[in-house]
Amino acid sequence: MSFALDALTILAVSTGAFFFLAGTVGLLRFPDALSRLHALTKADNLGLGLVVLGLLFQPEELFAGLKLVTVWLLTLLAGATVTQLIARTARPGGAQE
Amino acid sequence: MTDRPLALDIGLAFLVLGVAVWTIAARDTFAAVVGFVAFGLLLTLVWARLAAPDVAPTEAAIGSGVTGGLLLGASTRLHGTQTPAPGEKPGAILRLAAAALCTVVSAGLAAIVLLLPEPAPTLAPQAATNISATGLGNPVTAVLMAYRAIDTLLETVVLLLALVGVWSLAPDRVWGGFPGPRHHADPDGLLPFMAQLLVPVGLLVGIYIFWVGSVAPGGEFQGATILAAMWVLAMMAGLVDAPAVSRRWLRLLLVAGPAVFFAIGLAGFAMAGAFLAYPEAYAKLLIVTIEVPVTLSIATMLALLVAGPPERALR
Repeated sequence: MSFALDALTILAVSTGAFFFLAGTVGLLRFPDALSRLHALTKADNLGLGLVVLGLLFQPEELFAGLKLVTVWLLTLLAGATVTQLIARTARPGGAQE
Repeated sequence: MTDRPLALDIGLAFLVLGVAVWTIAARDTFAAVVGFVAFGLLLTLVWARLAAPDVAPTEAAIGSGVTGGLLLGASTRLHGTQTPAPGEKPGAILRLAAAALCTVVSAGLAAIVLLLPEPAPTLAPQAATNISATGLGNPVTAVLMAYRAIDTLLETVVLLLALVGVWSLAPDRVWGGFPGPRHHADPDGLLPFMAQLLVPVGLLVGIYIFWVGSVAPGGEFQGATILAAMWVLAMMAGLVDAPAVSRRWLRLLLVAGPAVFFAIGLAGFAMAGAFLAYPEAYAKLLIVTIEVPVTLSIATMLALLVAGPPERALR
């Protein structure tokens, strides 16, 4: 049982790490600001989500798992808001329209 | 400890040093500021690894967040004056003097660190023994609000002076007016909606972090930074306008924290025989009475520091 849980953890956290790597590559390689933001939010949303999912498989008290999920939800909300803010400035015409 | 966390720490240390060097070496102001923010976040991880959960969020919120935001604003304003005129290039003597000074300071710091007594002198046992007198559960908050309360009082005054300094940069015709440009909410955009969703959650988190500071890592500066960030977000999303700096309620909010702090400090002469001394029975009550207005004042100061000097006149 614990082996299966560990395997699930390793799988999910590794996939999460892959999304962080892919997001970083996209941030460095994509041509314009909006595409780079797109890559970055994928790393935040999916990467962190998968890492949190992986950690949930480890036997912990329920409250700690709830905290992890809350952290992920907060990151989703904050990340999406900040991305909108940056995208508004990066858009042709900028923030002053 | 196994050797894996050690490898992590060594990697972290090299990363911090690398980002620090890159921040100093970067030619472009904007790039240097981005480096500085990354440096602050890495430093947060270092504090967390050093088991300093009180310092880590402060570094993230104040050292990296607020300071990074202020530097970003400064670098945007300085954009037009980046390239120095030929006459501004420092001469060889000036460069040599700067290099010598930097070397002396670095060598001095290194010598001090290497010559530190082992074990380091510490007041931690005394701080822990006397904590019951303050009614607090978090020794760091006890240091900030009781043992070294005068430092915290002066910090709030310094922040207030910094804000007065920023305001004084306003030209006469807009004095007393609104800071920064007016951001308008885009009716078709996602930003106003996201901000409406995030701000209440952020306010709750900020108040919680302030409140939990008496028994666990957290406290007024970290909580106030989050509150300020939510206000700045509401301003940038166009949900609210920045208040005119001449508003009476705004001025009252700004001085409330330092004023209450100072008043209770003076009352300490009558109640416990010294400035900023609390009578033991009321210590916790008095500390909370100080902390609430101080948190509100700091949040207002930080948000207005980020908003900048007045740019639009009162009409």
